[in-house]
Amino acid sequence: MAVQTSPDSASRSGPDTPVSPAFELKASSFTLPVIRLLALDMDAVEAQLAPKVEQAPGFFQNTPVVIDLGALPRDSGIVAFPQLVGMLRGLGMIPVGVRGGSAQQNEAARAMELAILGESTRAARAAESTADRAEPAQAASASSEGHPEPPAAHGSLGSLLVDRPVRSGQRLYAAGGDLTVVGPVSSGAELMADGNIHVYGPLRGRVIAGLQGDLGARIFCRDLQAELVSVAGHYRVSENIPADLKGRSVQVFLDHEVLRIEPIG
Amino acid sequence: MARIIVITSGKGGVGKTTTAAAMAMGLAQRGHRTAVIDFDVGLRNLDLIMGCERRVVYDFVNVINGEANLNQALIRDKRCDSLYVLPASQTRDKEALTQEGVGKVLEELGKGHDYIVCDSPAGIEHGANMAMYFADDAVVVTNPEVSSVRDSDRMLGILASKSRRAEQDDEPIKEHLLLTRYSADRVERGEMLSVDDVQEILSLNLLGVIPESQAVLNASNAGIPVVLDNESNAGRAYNDMVARYLGEDLPMRFLDTERKGIFSRLFRG
Repeated sequence: MAVQTSPDSASRSGPDTPVSPAFELKASSFTLPVIRLLALDMDAVEAQLAPKVEQAPGFFQNTPVVIDLGALPRDSGIVAFPQLVGMLRGLGMIPVGVRGGSAQQNEAARAMELAILGESTRAARAAESTADRAEPAQAASASSEGHPEPPAAHGSLGSLLVDRPVRSGQRLYAAGGDLTVVGPVSSGAELMADGNIHVYGPLRGRVIAGLQGDLGARIFCRDLQAELVSVAGHYRVSENIPADLKGRSVQVFLDHEVLRIEPIG
Repeated sequence: MARIIVITSGKGGVGKTTTAAAMAMGLAQRGHRTAVIDFDVGLRNLDLIMGCERRVVYDFVNVINGEANLNQALIRDKRCDSLYVLPASQTRDKEALTQEGVGKVLEELGKGHDYIVCDSPAGIEHGANMAMYFADDAVVVTNPEVSSVRDSDRMLGILASKSRRAEQDDEPIKEHLLLTRYSADRVERGEMLSVDDVQEILSLNLLGVIPESQAVLNASNAGIPVVLDNESNAGRAYNDMVARYLGEDLPMRFLDTERKGIFSRLFRG
């Protein structure tokens, strides 16, 4: 599969002192082996995996691998991540992340410091998810309170529409789609989407578009007062947003990996 | 079934208990059978504000644990026949409030009352969650300053996601904003957020604005809900609030600074 490394930070527009840059932020793709789990019995997995590794030890030595949970039955329960990770490391591999897991499985994976990776392409997701069409919007709206957001959230295929205020401390995530908020977004609230984010009320919280590294994602809002805006890992905090853009209708997007905030309308 | 109203805020010291006492007394005075419950287990104060602290025998936790029945624990208000107080326990902690137990008490109370007012403790932990979980209405008490506004905003998020109504996908809790300790003078000097500032951040239905007043402190000390003090601005503002809650359309009062002319000084004393 292809993993997009999303550069995880800083396109701050600092004061214009001529400092030679110490690093550059780039996005690039890698092809990694994927271990697609078909059963939860880790002993069985190990018994079958070990001989394969023995056949080609060079190939697996220090190789980053991704664990795919998508083929497990929906209600399959807890994946023994500590055991799985330990076993993979023991065989020389470096488990870096999981994909296709349920919210609960992702939580467990995160506890083991595994990254949660998105689907490789949206087309693949679209093809896969005809069966569980209702699922993405549900899973998408994981709030910090540990419950799905109230019924105001509607969405199709990963997109999420919220028509009530997003309050301080609430987090909304549209996995694999756009997030639209009709009301205000309070300071201390956090919006995330793999696609674009649209906010029609005053935007005072944090917004992260292109969470999985989509460089083409944009943020649109009618009243910019955000604490932080970010597209595919390039971010600006409120302090670095020019004062003359505050309170205006703007779009935020990447132009050759430089974060730009421009008035619209 | 009774309508359950939670008085909440997130932040402490903003006037939740004063508001709970005023709301309950205001509803009861208008003839509605009302009960007010103190959820601040371990730091109970409602009994003081209601002036019934010397008549507490059993409390909320005793009822939940089955050590007393509800009628033994309810204290009838001496000033108003249709008002009952259920005090908190001072010797336990919040963990004594189980969801099942609280639900049972509210259900039983609901049979004989029109309104149940729940006085929430500060914070967003267990006690506050228990106070708001079963609510139909929420009055979010906020002072006109930024930290209180942010905490209220946080509490509104919790109301929208952690209540019974949210979990069962029912119609959401009806949220109301009450601004307390409002000082028009200080707003004019730019030392305090104005009603409009707060409304812009929280965008909520404004139930009332209670002016900062010595009468509130006096009433607390005397154990008389301030709503009974119709001489004071705070008392009148609380009466307006209760009327608005019951559907009356009243203009907001006490939002402007008073003219400090010689006559008003003479006549207002």
